[in-house]
Amino acid sequence: MSVSVEQVSFRYGATGSKAALDDVSFELPDSRFCALLGPNGAGKSTLFSLLTRLFALSQGSIKIQGDDLNHAPTAVMQRIGVVFQQSTLDLDLTVAQNLYYHASLHGFSRKAAKAPIERELARMTLTERANDKVRALNGGHRRRVEIARALLHTPDVLLLDEPTTGLDPDARFALNQHVRSLCNDGQLTVLWATHLIEEVQPDDRVLLLHQGKLISSGSGQDLCELSGESSLPAAFKKLTQKAPPPSGANTR
Amino acid sequence: MTTPVHNTPISPENQNAPLATLSLSAYWHCFLGVLTREYLRFIQQRTRFLSALIRPLLWLVVFAAGFRAALGIAIIEPYETYITYEVYIAPGLCCMILLFNGMQSSLSMVYDREMGSMRVLLMSPLPRWFLLASKLLSIALVSLLQVYAFLVIALFVDVEPPLIGYLTVLPALLLVAVMLGAIGLFISSRIKQLENFAGVMNFVIFPMFFLSSALYPLWKMRESSEWLYWICAINPFTHAVELVRNALYMKLSGEALAATLAITAVFSVLAVTGFKPQRSGGRG
Repeated sequence: MSVSVEQVSFRYGATGSKAALDDVSFELPDSRFCALLGPNGAGKSTLFSLLTRLFALSQGSIKIQGDDLNHAPTAVMQRIGVVFQQSTLDLDLTVAQNLYYHASLHGFSRKAAKAPIERELARMTLTERANDKVRALNGGHRRRVEIARALLHTPDVLLLDEPTTGLDPDARFALNQHVRSLCNDGQLTVLWATHLIEEVQPDDRVLLLHQGKLISSGSGQDLCELSGESSLPAAFKKLTQKAPPPSGANTR
Repeated sequence: MTTPVHNTPISPENQNAPLATLSLSAYWHCFLGVLTREYLRFIQQRTRFLSALIRPLLWLVVFAAGFRAALGIAIIEPYETYITYEVYIAPGLCCMILLFNGMQSSLSMVYDREMGSMRVLLMSPLPRWFLLASKLLSIALVSLLQVYAFLVIALFVDVEPPLIGYLTVLPALLLVAVMLGAIGLFISSRIKQLENFAGVMNFVIFPMFFLSSALYPLWKMRESSEWLYWICAINPFTHAVELVRNALYMKLSGEALAATLAITAVFSVLAVTGFKPQRSGGRG
């Protein structure tokens, strides 16, 4: 399994306050597009913050390809690439300068970074924009630069936190399709967080979070069966309108 | 947006197991990357560079002109003759540039850690202490460019240290810049009330600057108030200014160096350990 999350809980307030994540456990298979679905405030960003070490994990465990996040952070951080919800590119630097910076943070020399940068820019069809300032790119292109950046060090797992925020419907669809194709190309597992049900397909692995609890971790089809609805949008609506069940009662 | 063409497969390199620890060269390349980014941002933001120079130049040209007559400076170490007030305050103003830069950068490091560039930095597989130290050192090195620009302009008001002084002051300025960055990072991490730069300016920068030997020799302060003198004497910024003042005239103040080194070491450790990720239960 690429990602293994076991009994992870997190609270922003003191002990006894409402949990942002409550006893969440799931596993993600290799080379699959997995959607982390949930309405706003479900706990998706908290989970991403824990997966990326922005928040310290004190309850439960997270493993990436068998490496424990708390015990082997260096190995884990080499295995994951991240696209954050808000853009984290330097607008005044060029596309290439942003990519060289990221490569250096992973210990690449300029010489060693050249080939991966060219490879990822080509894959994103951004080669001709390499020397443009990020400020000159539109929202869709900026997102593609961020994906190129996240893949520079050839991670096993790509985490994307609501990556289509601020994009128009066409650009959203194109980005979603593109990331799906990355899973088919190689050994990349994708965890795509979203609150937009139209970005999820029935055969995707779907993790449904609601009020900090994991409602379902099966396929989109399983989600429909769990809710008794025939379509994903109806299933999502039904399952996120009622209060979540007690911890660990119905995850599958 | 059009769907990109996927003509390059994912590299098989990602089947390789990552290293539990990274080599020394990885640390070096990481530091170079952080430094390059700080430098590129510095040369992109010319208005910020100019505004950072305006402040000390106002003190040097306007304030010093007004106070020259009021504040006669006797012969004191490291100067070998009577000096003008401009000459006296120039080292303090060099440190002022480093003080503002250090505090401003540290504050943004703390408050940007959940977004933007700090989030990218912290995604590196290298240890967090190393990333923060690289950032502090890079900010310090880029700040030196501003200090040297200030010293060049100061030549026009007859602040003319010996030529070799420009070289001997370099390590002193670097140490002071790191010290002030570390103090800034520590303060920003631990004192949540200082949530904006105005707070830092009023409660940290101004007291540090005015309660030091930057604008007046400490013996002058002692003539006015014994207790104010002692506050100035233990102020880390006083030691920083005296270290720079002596180094600019090719002299070494052992006391100032020891104090600055010790303060840098203590606050660097406190700053890095204080920069913790948020923990469950609201701590951190």
